[in-house]
Amino acid sequence: MGRTLAEKVYDAHVVRRAEGEPDLLYIDLHLVHEVTSPQAFDGLRLNDRPVRRPDLTIATEDHNVPTTDLLKPIADPVSRTQVETLRKNCAEFGIRLHPMGDAGQGIVHVIGPQLGLTQPGMTVVCGDSHTSTHGAFGALAHGIGTSEVEHVLATQTLPQVKPKMMAVTVEGALPAGVTAKDLILAIIAEIGTGGGQGHIIEYRGEAVRSLSMEGRMTVCNMSIEAGARAGMIAPDETTFEYLKGRPHAPQGADWDAAVEYWTSLRTDDDAVFDREVVIDATTLTPFVTWGTNPGQGLPLGDSVPDPAAYADPDERQAAERALEYMGLTAGTPLRDIAVDTVFVGSCTNGRIEDLRAVAGVLAGRRVADGVRMLVVPGSMAVKEQAEAEGLHEVIAASGAEWREAGCSMCLAMNPDKLTPGERSASTSNRNFEGRQGPGGRTHLVSPAVAAATAVRGRLAAPADLPADL
Amino acid sequence: MEAFTAHTGRAVPLRRSNVDTDQIIPAVWLKQVSRTGFDKGLFSAWREDPGFVLNKPEYQGASVLVAGPDFGTGSSREHAVWALQQYGFRVVIAPRFGDIFRNNATKMGLLPVVLPAETVEALQSRAESDPQAEITVDLDRREVRAGDLTAPFEIDDYTRWRLLEGLDDIGLTLRHADDVTAFESARPGWLPTTV
Repeated sequence: MGRTLAEKVYDAHVVRRAEGEPDLLYIDLHLVHEVTSPQAFDGLRLNDRPVRRPDLTIATEDHNVPTTDLLKPIADPVSRTQVETLRKNCAEFGIRLHPMGDAGQGIVHVIGPQLGLTQPGMTVVCGDSHTSTHGAFGALAHGIGTSEVEHVLATQTLPQVKPKMMAVTVEGALPAGVTAKDLILAIIAEIGTGGGQGHIIEYRGEAVRSLSMEGRMTVCNMSIEAGARAGMIAPDETTFEYLKGRPHAPQGADWDAAVEYWTSLRTDDDAVFDREVVIDATTLTPFVTWGTNPGQGLPLGDSVPDPAAYADPDERQAAERALEYMGLTAGTPLRDIAVDTVFVGSCTNGRIEDLRAVAGVLAGRRVADGVRMLVVPGSMAVKEQAEAEGLHEVIAASGAEWREAGCSMCLAMNPDKLTPGERSASTSNRNFEGRQGPGGRTHLVSPAVAAATAVRGRLAAPADLPADL
Repeated sequence: MEAFTAHTGRAVPLRRSNVDTDQIIPAVWLKQVSRTGFDKGLFSAWREDPGFVLNKPEYQGASVLVAGPDFGTGSSREHAVWALQQYGFRVVIAPRFGDIFRNNATKMGLLPVVLPAETVEALQSRAESDPQAEITVDLDRREVRAGDLTAPFEIDDYTRWRLLEGLDDIGLTLRHADDVTAFESARPGWLPTTV
């Protein structure tokens, strides 16, 4: 019987297989950041264990870093201690680190692909659930907890049980103005926050093939929001084109050997998925969330749903609670929802293409009075590229704030946060209660919708804005 | 890891679905570099509400959390497990868990038990009508016992064995270091390094 893409990558990394035990899987790349690693390094010290492969490990500072005044020490002493702890640990264990202010610094899931470290067929882990991002390259990539971070540091392996396989096939082409973010929000709304649980999702079909690498990363990034630890897309010419010439991509004869192998990484025609979902791309429109989990989303043209309409009691109760938390009334058109803040950034939508989309909408327009808009590049390299293209000038001229790279308001561990009751349109990945600051209310949107919302002051798509600038 | 064979304690009903790890422990608590002190952060936003179930005097000292479906979704933060354990929980029962949370829990000896939604509902109702009623979670026999109710649960043999013995995964893997070395020697030369 044929195998899926995920099974091929999985099987190629089995170090040891024994009856009645999990497989021991080799890890090709381990990404580390300051939040989930300190206790893992402590564990190594406690047991007098070295890092087995510092040369397959790379660290960056992202979750805590401020997005202004990079040359000053971090004001919050607890954040500062965490960042300094990472620096000490990387120095002690010989791990490459991109610290705050460094040209290579950025969100862990932005810098891996950018450096060419994320390649098809690899296994990638990180103490961060959005590690699924790297699946866009046909890598098997998933988030792990701190115990497993320590395990990978010590052994470069993880005990794993082969997950189930799920196919999400997106047929047809996305209509103009509908982006990768709209697609993944629609997929999550379709299968639910637990729908991918225990599975690896492979995204397939014409609409997926047509996505750029940035778009594929956006889709795979939010696999975890559908409950799947990993999402994957088979590598193709788009993938190879993106990788070629990057600092850690293979070169010369190695490149040819790698491409030959990468080309074999596709699901066989006779492979069997445990579950298959088909989405019709042609019916999709810009998609936004109204509730407090990423599955609570609807097309922008719809209205806030009535909880009474849900047959499932858990869903009904969750919707009631979400409306109360979000301060929304059933029946309100989503386009009538006014926001205080617009956040563009994160490992979901902080890449160059996202910033181009935002600048494209903001060009010649102004952010609405009373709306604060933050634009936070995913990495210092993305920032540099955006500035080379002049995007920062367009963004600043609109009244939005152009910031330094980091996770920022996606999870509000740095000073960028909502105050209680404030409402945001955010290109990030989670609309959980308090995610962007205690009491804050989040609507997940695409970069284009974020920019249009900033201009209109209410949830909007670019098509809603007057054409005459 | 502390071994887990069976546990008897009182239960707290948490009638919410999609309890994500940002609710279990908000991000502000993740800045600590130690493994201790997370009990104060457990459900810290929800605990500001005096009516929240964990604030009720009758549930003080309870050690089994009985929650709605999709408990522990979202972020990979193992701090969620540490917070639950340090607060005093030994077991979480739910119809479905987030994968990473469930995995983290079994690494730390917090037992995640999956039971059908109707059984979870029955256990929640029981804890509501009699907060003093005890519940036994028996890993050895793979069953939950509460009064007249006995509910079997599934857990794979290997994870069960590791929990019963309280074994450290890293120590187990290091027994196979030679296999890892052999695997490494066969990896393609074009694979990247970070140096």
